[in-house]
Amino acid sequence: MLTACVSQQSALHPAGWEAERVDILFWVMVAGGAVIFVGVIGLLLYATRHHTRRKVHSEQAAGRLIVGGTLFTIATLALLLGYSLWLMQDLRPWTLKEGESRLEVEVTGEQFWWRVVYREGEGTPRVITANEVRLPVGERVNFILNSADMIHSFWIPSLGGKMDMIPGRTTQLSLLATKPGTFRAPCAEYCGTSHALMAFSAVAMEPADFEAWLDARAAPSPAAQGDGHDAFMRQGCGACHSIQGTQAAGTIGPDLSHVGSRVSLAAGILPNDEESLTRFIRNAEAVKPGARMPAYDMLADDELAAIARYLKGLE
Amino acid sequence: MSAAKSGKRRPAARDADAELRAAQEKRLRAVWATPKGWRYWTSVNNTDIGLWYASAAFIFMLFAGVLALIVRAQLAVPDNDLVSADFYNQAYTLHGTVMMFLFAVPIFEAFAIYVLPGMLGTRELPFPRLSAFGFWSFALGGVFVCGSIFFGAAPSSGWFMYPPLATDKEQVGIGADIWLLGLSFIEVASIAAAVELIIGIMKFRAPGMRINMMPLFAWYLLIVAGMILFAFPPLIAGDILFELERLFDWPFFDHERGGDPILWQHLFWIFGHPEVYIVFLPAIALMAMIVPTFAQRPIIGYSWIVLAAVGTGFLSFGLWVHHMFATGLPMISLAFFSAASEAVAIPTGVQIFVFTATLLAGRVIFSTPMLFGAGGLAIFTIGGLTGVMVAIAPFDWQAHDTYFIVAHLHYVLIGGMLFPIIAGLYYFYPLITEKKLSDRIGKIAFWLMFVGFNVGFFPMHLTGLLGMPRRVFTYPAVAGWDWLNLISTVGAFTFASGVALVVIDTVRPRRRQPKVAVNPWNAGTLEWLNPPSENWGMRSIPQVASRYPLWEQKELGREVAEGRWYLPDAQEGKREALMVSVLDAEPQEVFRVPGTSYVSMVSAFMLGGAFISMTFEWWWTTLAFAVLCLCAILTWVWTGTSQHPEKPEKDAGRGLVLPLYVSGQHSAGWWAMFITMVGDGTAFASLLFGYFFYWTIHEDFTAGLAGPGVVWPMVSLVLFVAAWGAMLAARALNTRGSGNGLRIALGASAALNAAAALAGLYGPWSTGMEPTAHVYPAIVWVLVLWTVVHAGVGLIMQLFCLVASFAGRLTQTYDKDIHNVTLYWHFMVVTAVFTFAIVGLFPLAV
Repeated sequence: MLTACVSQQSALHPAGWEAERVDILFWVMVAGGAVIFVGVIGLLLYATRHHTRRKVHSEQAAGRLIVGGTLFTIATLALLLGYSLWLMQDLRPWTLKEGESRLEVEVTGEQFWWRVVYREGEGTPRVITANEVRLPVGERVNFILNSADMIHSFWIPSLGGKMDMIPGRTTQLSLLATKPGTFRAPCAEYCGTSHALMAFSAVAMEPADFEAWLDARAAPSPAAQGDGHDAFMRQGCGACHSIQGTQAAGTIGPDLSHVGSRVSLAAGILPNDEESLTRFIRNAEAVKPGARMPAYDMLADDELAAIARYLKGLE
Repeated sequence: MSAAKSGKRRPAARDADAELRAAQEKRLRAVWATPKGWRYWTSVNNTDIGLWYASAAFIFMLFAGVLALIVRAQLAVPDNDLVSADFYNQAYTLHGTVMMFLFAVPIFEAFAIYVLPGMLGTRELPFPRLSAFGFWSFALGGVFVCGSIFFGAAPSSGWFMYPPLATDKEQVGIGADIWLLGLSFIEVASIAAAVELIIGIMKFRAPGMRINMMPLFAWYLLIVAGMILFAFPPLIAGDILFELERLFDWPFFDHERGGDPILWQHLFWIFGHPEVYIVFLPAIALMAMIVPTFAQRPIIGYSWIVLAAVGTGFLSFGLWVHHMFATGLPMISLAFFSAASEAVAIPTGVQIFVFTATLLAGRVIFSTPMLFGAGGLAIFTIGGLTGVMVAIAPFDWQAHDTYFIVAHLHYVLIGGMLFPIIAGLYYFYPLITEKKLSDRIGKIAFWLMFVGFNVGFFPMHLTGLLGMPRRVFTYPAVAGWDWLNLISTVGAFTFASGVALVVIDTVRPRRRQPKVAVNPWNAGTLEWLNPPSENWGMRSIPQVASRYPLWEQKELGREVAEGRWYLPDAQEGKREALMVSVLDAEPQEVFRVPGTSYVSMVSAFMLGGAFISMTFEWWWTTLAFAVLCLCAILTWVWTGTSQHPEKPEKDAGRGLVLPLYVSGQHSAGWWAMFITMVGDGTAFASLLFGYFFYWTIHEDFTAGLAGPGVVWPMVSLVLFVAAWGAMLAARALNTRGSGNGLRIALGASAALNAAAALAGLYGPWSTGMEPTAHVYPAIVWVLVLWTVVHAGVGLIMQLFCLVASFAGRLTQTYDKDIHNVTLYWHFMVVTAVFTFAIVGLFPLAV
C-alpha cells in the first residue's frame, strides 16, 4: 500500500524516459559518493587519532595526499561532467527534432490550480480541462507552460524533472511516459499561501485509450443538462466556470465540463466525491487559503447538495 | 602585573626599568580603557564590539532555530493544523532570512572584529567607530526584522523573495518591505565591515608579517571581505528596483509593462551564491587555525590552501545560474554553469585534503574544538557530495525545490559553518574569559547535535526524491512521507537540545572555575599573546619573522610583554597602531585610532530610523531621520578623521621614527574610500546590467516610448567631466599651496556639478518619461537618479572641503580631505559618463 502511494509521486519510481535516466544517474552518483565519503572519513578518523596511537607521517607523504587528492577530484569531476553534458542534450535536446512531438499540451499555472488545454494545430482548443493531464504512453508530449499570476513550477516526478512557469515567458518541457499509471504532480515553486495545496494528476494511458479519452472529452458530458443544472446556473457559477453543452462559459475558474471523472478535486487535494465538492463550494477559503472562489455558505443544504451531485455526475 | 612577573624572571633588571614599564602600562591602560556605567555602550573597542556582535548574532540564531522547530513540529504529521499556512510561510521565510543575514554573515564579522587585531599583531582595526556603527545598524535592523513576526507582519515569500509574488502588495503585505529595507540596512553594515576588514588586514599587521606569512584566518577574511564587496551590491541594486516597484509602482518585474521577474533572480543569485561561500570560507578559516594548533605543527600546503580559497571565492561568482536550472534558460548556459559548479568542488576538496595532510604529519591532541571541527567536516563532506550531484543539471531538474535541496543546504551550512563556529567558540572562549568551556558538556552536546542533525536531515534526501517540494506548510497522508517527516522532526529536536547545552555552558556563571594560561592550547599565532584582561590588544607591537611566531620566536612573548617592541607607550594619551605596507609589512605611519564616541551609535540609529520610516511610508519622518543621519555623519567625519597631530612624526620605539599624518594613497582613509567606491561601482554595474537585460529580452526595449533625447544627457556628461576636471585642479592647487586657488576651483566644481545634475534630470523630464508606464522609462530614471544622488553626495563633500579649507582644517600639509574627495570624483565621473552615454546614445545604436 505504502509503495503504491509513494510511487505516485516519486523520482525514484520512474515511469518516464527522463525520470528513468535520472534515476540511474542518481544511483551511480550515490554509489560513487559513498565510496568517496568512506575514503575521506576513514582518512580523517585515522588522521585525528592521538599521535601516540599511530605513526606521525612525513611532510612529503602528507603533501602527496594533497596532490593526489586534488588530481583524483579533478578526474572524477571531469568524468561526471562529461557524462552529464551528454545526458543533458539527450534528455532535453538543445534543438527539438523535427516532427518528433505531435501532441502539444498547454498548461497554465494559476493560484492555486492548473488550466490544461489540448489543441489540434493552431485551431481552437479541442479539449479544455483542469488539474489533470493525460498523455499517451510511448509518445513524446510537448508541454507549453505559462503562468497567469505568480511563478509556478511544473513537475511530474515520476516522468521527469521540472520546468518553471514564469509570467510573461513561455517555457516548454517535453516528456515521454514509458509506463501507464496515475501520478501526482505538485507545484514545485513557492507561489503563495496555498502553494502546498496545488498539485495535479498526470495519467499515462495506452495510446488507444488516450485517443478515446480525448474524443470523449471533446464532447459535452451526457449529464450536462441533468439534475442540478438549474441550481448551478441560478447561483451564477457560470460566470467563472465553463461546462460544455450549457450556458456556463466563464473562464476565470477551472473548466468543469467533466469534473466528475477527474482523479481528484481542488488541484489534487481532495478525493473526488460529493462530500468534498460540497465542502469546497461552501467555503473554498477554509479548504485552500487564498483561493479566489468566494464562499457559498449562504446556500441551503439541499441546493448545495444538488450542485455537488450535478458536478459529480459530469463524467 | 606582567612587569612584576618579568622582574622575577630577570632579577638583574633595574628598578628604573620596572618603574618606566609600570608607568607605560598605566598610560596604555588609561588610553584603551572601556568606559564605565551606561557609557559602556559607547565603547568602540574591538573586543567589546566583537563580543556584542557575536552575542547578538547568536541570539538571532536561537530565535531562528525556534522558528525551525515550529516548522518541524508542523510537518511532524500529515495534514497538520498546528499553525496556519500564513504563519508557517512567515516562519520558514524568517528562519532562512535570519540564519543567512543575521547569523551566518555577522557571526564572522564578529569573530573577525574580535580576534583579527590580535592575530595580525596590531592593537585595533583602523576604523573602530565604523565597526560600532556596523554593530548598531545590525542590532537595530535585526530586531526590526525579527520583531515583525510578533505582529504577523513578517516576510512570507521565502528568503529569496521572488517577484511577482513578493511585489504583489495585495498578497504580500508590509513583510516584504520589512525584508527589503531591514536587510538593506544590514547590508550597509556588512559592507562597512568589509571595508574595515580589508584595510585592517592589508595595512594593519605586525611589521615583518609579509602577506605570505599572514595567519590563514586573515587570508580567508580578506577574500571573504572582497567577496562581500562584489556580492552584496547586486542585491542592493536589486533591492532598490524591488522597493521602487513596491512603493511607487515602477514596473521592473511586471511583465505586462516590459519588466521581467527573471531579472530579480539573476541579481539575487549573483549575490546569493557567493553568499554561501561568504559564510563557508570563514568557517574553513577557523578550521585552518584550529587544525595546526591541535596537530601542533604548521599547516602543510599553505600556498595550496590560500590559492584554493582565492579560487573558491573567484569561482563562486560564476555559479549563480545553477539556482535557475529549471527556468528554461538556453541549454548552453546550463552547460556552462553546470561545469563551473562542478569546478568549485576542486578547491573545496583541496582545503579538506590540506587539513587531513596537516593532521597526518602532526602530533594530534584531540579536544572538544577538534571534535566539533571533525564532525563538521564529516557532515560537510556529505553536503559537498550532494552539491556535486545537484550541479548536474538533469539531476537538479528532479531535485530542485524539493527536500533534497533542503537536506543539501543544511548539510553544507551546518557542517560547513555551524559546527566550525561551535569549534571556534570552544577554541576562542579562553581568549574572552580566560576560562575553558566544559569538555564534558561539550562532548555530550556534540553527540546530541551530530546524531540529531543526521537523524533530522539525512532522511530529507529521500523525502525530496519521493516528491516532497520545499516550502509546503503541510502534505497529504497519501504521499507516504509521514514516517520520514516524523523522524526528521525527532532529529531536529535532538539537535536543538545539543545547541541548548552549548548555550547553557557558555552563559552559566563560572566564578569558581580556575583561570587557564594565556595560551591554553599552545597555539602558534599572535592572538594568544595578550592577557584578555588587558584592553590594549598588544603591550608592544612585535616584529614578526614567521607564520607561527609563538612557536618559532621563543622570546617574543616575553619581549612583547616587557614593552620591548614598537609603541610600548601612550605618552600623548592617544590610541595608536602601526600602519604597514601591503605586501612586505614595512612600517609606514603611526596611526591614531579613533576612540570611544557616541557618534557611531547615533548615526546608526538615525539611519535605521530612516529605513524603518520608509517601510511604513512615513515620508516626512524618513526625511527628518535622513537629515539627522547626515548631520551625525558629518560630525563624525569632522571630529574623527584627518585630525592634525601635535607633531609631524614620532619615535615608535627601537629608533623607528614614523610620520603621524599621511595622506593620499598611503592613508587608511584613501583606501576606505577606494574600497567603498568599488562596492558602489558594483551596484551601479548591476543597474546597468538591468538596462541591458531589458534590451536583450525585448525586440524593441524602448517600446516605442520617448527616451531622454541626446542633447541633455550629453550636456550633463560634459558638465560632469568639467566638474571632475575642476576637482583635479583643486587638488593640484592645494598641493602647490594655493588656498584661494583650491577654494575657487572647488566652488567652480560644485557649481558645474549642480548644473550637470540638473541637466541630467532635465533630459528624461523634458520628454515626459513616465516611470510607471513601462520598464524603459523606469530603468532610465533609475540610472539618472543614481547618478544625481551621487552628485548630491559629491556636492556635500565639496562643500565640506570648502568649509574645511576656510576653517584651516584642510591645508597644504593636512590634505587628506581633498585627496579622498577627488578619489570619490574619479568614480563619480565614470558613473556619470556611463549613465549619460548609455541613456543618451544607446537607443540610437539599436
